[in-house]
This record gives sequence, C-alpha cells and structure tokens, in this order.
Amino acid sequence: MTDLQKRSLLKLAALSAVAAAALMGCGKKEEAAPAPAPAPAAAAPAKAEPLKVAFAYVGPVGDGGWTYAHDNGRKAVEKEFGDKVVTSFVEKVPESADAERVIRDMAGQGNQLIFGTTFGYMEPMLKVANDLKDVKFEHATGYKTAANMRTYDSRTYEGAYMAGVVAGKMSKTGTLGVVGSVPIPEVVRNINSFTLGAQSVNPAIKTKVVWVNEWFNPPKETEAATALINGGADVLFQNTDSSAVLQTAEKMGKRAFGWDSDMTAYGPKAHLASAVINWGPYYIKAVGDALQGKWAGGTSAWWGVKEGAIDLVSIAADVPDDTKKRIDEVKAGLKDGSFSIWKGPIMDNTGKELLAKDVVADDKFLGGLKTYVKGVEGKVPGN
Amino acid sequence: MDSTALLLAATLSAGTVLAIASLGLLINEKAGIVNLGAEGMMLCAAIAGFATVIHTGNTWLGFAAGMAAGAFLAAIFGGLVIWLNTNQYATGLALTLFGTGFSAFAGIKYVQEKLPEQTQYPIPYLADIPFFGPALFRQHPMVYVAMALTGGLIWFLYRTRAGLVLRSVGESPESAHALGYPVRRIRLAAVMAGGALCGLAGAYVSLVYTPLWVEGMIAGKGWIALALTTFATWRPARVLLGAYLFGGVTMLQFHLQGLGVNVPSQLLSMLPYLATIVVLVLISRNPLWIRVNMPSSIGKPFYPGA
Repeated sequence: MTDLQKRSLLKLAALSAVAAAALMGCGKKEEAAPAPAPAPAAAAPAKAEPLKVAFAYVGPVGDGGWTYAHDNGRKAVEKEFGDKVVTSFVEKVPESADAERVIRDMAGQGNQLIFGTTFGYMEPMLKVANDLKDVKFEHATGYKTAANMRTYDSRTYEGAYMAGVVAGKMSKTGTLGVVGSVPIPEVVRNINSFTLGAQSVNPAIKTKVVWVNEWFNPPKETEAATALINGGADVLFQNTDSSAVLQTAEKMGKRAFGWDSDMTAYGPKAHLASAVINWGPYYIKAVGDALQGKWAGGTSAWWGVKEGAIDLVSIAADVPDDTKKRIDEVKAGLKDGSFSIWKGPIMDNTGKELLAKDVVADDKFLGGLKTYVKGVEGKVPGN
Repeated sequence: MDSTALLLAATLSAGTVLAIASLGLLINEKAGIVNLGAEGMMLCAAIAGFATVIHTGNTWLGFAAGMAAGAFLAAIFGGLVIWLNTNQYATGLALTLFGTGFSAFAGIKYVQEKLPEQTQYPIPYLADIPFFGPALFRQHPMVYVAMALTGGLIWFLYRTRAGLVLRSVGESPESAHALGYPVRRIRLAAVMAGGALCGLAGAYVSLVYTPLWVEGMIAGKGWIALALTTFATWRPARVLLGAYLFGGVTMLQFHLQGLGVNVPSQLLSMLPYLATIVVLVLISRNPLWIRVNMPSSIGKPFYPGA
C-alpha cells in the first residue's frame, strides 16, 4: 500500500466514524421523541399554553456580574409563575447585527415576550419590533420605544452612593479608585454618586478613575485595579462586569466592592459590600403584565431602591455600626422619597455649579450627565 | 513606595503571561507549525488549573494540570495537522473555538469559587533593596520562570544538537527526513511543548494574575502572544522584550490615567497596539531581519516520501 492510499483510507475511516456518530445521534433523538408525545394530550385540555419568555444576554451567565444578575431575575420569574411560563435564554449575544438575528429567531420560536439586556440591542430590537407587531419586546438601559417595545433600567447609582458611604468611612488614605468600563452617562453617574456618598461621611475624599473601555475583560480590569492601588487608592469600586477588581484588591491587601451581584465569595477579606441589581421584581411585573393582558408598550421604567431593584448587601463585619445605620437611613429615605442623592448644591470638578442649592436633579439631568463632580480627578474621556 | 518601581513590578507580571505563551508558540513555529489555537488552549488550561487547585489546594498541581491540558489539546491539533495534513490555520481556529466553548462548559460550576489564600514570594534580602526590591524581587516565581525559559530556549535552539534538528525540521522538513530524522514525531513533540507552555500561561492567568474563573477570561491574550512571535521575528530574547514592552505600555496607560494625566483613555487604550505597530515597522525596514529568522516551511504541510 502506498502512502497515498493509506491516507485516503485514513480519511475514509475518519469520515465513516463521523457519519456513524451522526447516525447514532439521530437514532437517539428518534428513540427519545415518541416518549413525550402522549403527555400534552393528557394535560393540555384544561390549561392554557404557557407564556414563552426569552432573554438575550450580552455576556456569559457565568460572568458573576451583569448577566449573572439578569439570569437571577429570569429564575425569579420561573419561581413566581411556575408552569405558567417557559423561559429560555441565549448568552453571549454580541451587540452587533447578530443580535437582530438572535432576537428574530427567538420570536420565530414562539416567544411572546423578549428581553434584551444590554444597551447595544436597542436598534436591532427596534427593527425586529417594527416587523413583528404581536410580539412584546423589553429593552434594558435604552431610550427608544415602540408600540410593542418598552424600556427598563435600574438606578444603579443608588447602589453606588451607598457603597460610597462605606468607602468614605473605610478609606485610610482618603483616595478611592474606580475602574470605569465605558465612558457613558450611566457609568459617569455611578462614579459621581459613589464619590458623593463618600463625601457625605468624609468631605476631603478624592476619587481616581481608570477607564478600560470594555465591559468584560478580567485581565484588563486586573491591570487597571493594580494601577489604581499603585496610585494610592485603598478602596476600589468598579463598573465592569467581572469580579477581577475585587480579586485584585484581595490579592494586594486593599478593600473593594461587589457590583451587580453579591461577590462576597470572590474576595471575603477585601469585600466591603456589594451593590446589587435585583432584576427579579421588574421581570416579575413585566411577565405578570403580559399574562394578565395588561402589557403596554411605549413606556420606560427606571427602578431603584424604592421598588426593591437596588440594594447594598453583605456589608463587611468591620464596617462601623454608625455607617451601617447611615445606609439604612439612606435606604429608608430613598424608599419614602425624603432623601435625594442628587440634591444641590453640587459642583463639578472644575468648580462650576452643576446643581443649585436645594434643587433636585430630574431624570433627564441624570440621564445626560457627562462631567465629574468635585473630588473626582481628571476629565471624562471624550468631553 | 516609588511608583516607578510599582509600574515596573506590574509590567513584569503583565508581560509574563505573554512571554510564556509566546515562547511556547515560538517552539511550535520553529518546527514549522502555526497553532492559532493558543487562545483556546489557554482557556482550557485556565479552567483545568483552577479546578485542580479548588480540589487539591495545591497551586503547583494546578500549573501541572494547566500544562497537561494545553499539551493534550496540542496533541490533538498535532495529530490532525501533522498526520492528516489538515490546514494548520483552519485547524488552529477550530481549536480556539472548541477551547472557548469547552472551557465555558467545563467551568460552569467553578464560577464564584474562590482559590485558597495566595502565598507571597519575596526573595529574602533582595526584596529589601530600595527600588529594585519592590520592582523586581517580590514577584510570583512564574515571573522568573519566564525569564529562565527564555534563556533555556536560546541555549536549546542555538547551542544543542536537538535544537538544530528542531530548526532544520522547520526550515526544510524534506532534508531532515532524508537525513533520517522522524520529522512528524519531532513536530508533534514541538507542538505539544508549545501547548504545554500555552497551558502554563493560561494557568498563570487563572491562578495568579486574575485569580478567578469566568468564561472567556483570557480575553485575547492568546492572540497577542501569537502576534508577538512574529513581531519578535522568532527570536526568544526579542519575545521576552516584546512581552515586557507590551505589558509595560498596557500598564503605563492605566498608570497615566490613575495619575490624572489628561489624555483620552480611548487613545491610551490604543497605545500597546500602536507601540507594536511602530516596532514592527522599524523591524521591517530591514526585511532580512524577518526573512532570515522566519522558518521557511512554516504553515506548509509535509508529506514524507510523497
């Protein structure tokens, strides 16, 4: 046998192995298929079809942060409604033309309510919403709506403020560090609120910011956190999606916070508290609306501590009791409306007045925030 | 502490990941095989190492597991491209896709796990020298391993007979075959050694550099390592320098931001890549530098006796 023949034989062998595997796979499916067939006939007549709900995630469910928190919300929906709903999700959907394909596909599979959980899905989702009028769309963190599409968001800055109160109390150097993700108003607002919270207990506090220009890149987040610690920051905060900043603080003997979800497990010694987003209440409301036929598009929801969507949890044992009490006061004040984080006088870091005395910022002001408040060093990139 | 010393320390630590992976890929390529699967191998090694340390508590076993995972995947890749002569580029890409997916799948239950306490490794006496102590001698041992590897590889490639044979397999496999060397087995060994080093780098990321496991956590370091071998024109010493240059510029951009230097951060994010391009341009001004060092059979399949 020549080498060439040997090679073709090998290829043939490999091909047939693949073919055999494929056949076996098919066989299994066929065997499995008939089994569940009789079930619906027995159960179906009395009950209505369950509502099919789909979620498109930007990151992996295992990011331990943003997407993880959304998936907890999805699980809350399943728990609340049981067999009245069927949920599914697609993770790591890029914020590109692929998003449109995935969302369209979700609708094609019979999902009546579709959640898109990142800003970048806004345009693709709107496009699909305009094509498929009888499917309901919910978009997180965007601003465009349609008759069958509405938006929802969380007041993450309330969590940032409460974390700031703890940071201001616990910092020994008086310098805080923030790892910023992408310089958009939402993130700038969080950095500012964090600083305002810290200043409420320590007016001399300073905040350094390092931008990584990405939402999720653990090695880069690590590098940014290292640079902040080397620059003198001893309490770190982040608006990125992984727990890398907390891990870096743990490794270098500094303190840090969890973000989006409870990150205590990642750095028990460094962890001061976690500013968490609880998407459950909103998802339960949205699905409930759809089930009861009350769902209406064209609206925007921005939920915070008041609605149970934002919280500061797992506060470290060594945080003094008066600080913990202060956090409880802030929460109570946000709930009953007696306390506002963004109430003047607030100056920007060039000394210009952002908010006059006793003026409370409205949502439009908060939504367009592009400058740092006093105490934050540097300039927002691109401004 | 002196911030320059801290910047230097951070640079060494950031460059180590790239250096180890890139040295591994260099061994590969010196034998004439390009493995675009670096990112996938590093991811699989990262979760293999992480899981091992969670279960055994021993960091060194974790590194061993990472190397084994890398070598194993490289062996599959090697089998495909060396014996079945599949296209090296396509097979490497497939390996990256497979590794990305598989590591995510295997790592599901390790998300939110925490590694045991890290030991500090300051070198006695040397670590207390002002400036140089904090800059150079308080690193994880793997940082010195990368430097030792570079020296070892230079010695192996250019001073030993085995190194000469390896290079000849990459330059002219037909001649090596005619001289009676088992070209395919040598190539497989080189590919597996490369995989083991990529695995070591991957395990370093999940065990030391960013001690956690999350999906996709290598975040492109494997691709940078691949580019680095070319950028270093297949010279181990230049690989090490390039790794530190890239690590240094990356750290520098964050340090500049931390110091409040008023340059847009998006521009700073470009810096490492810009620096790479500038150096590449400088090097390519003399085409001989690249051509002399580039293994001439790189990426080409080898058919013994065909």
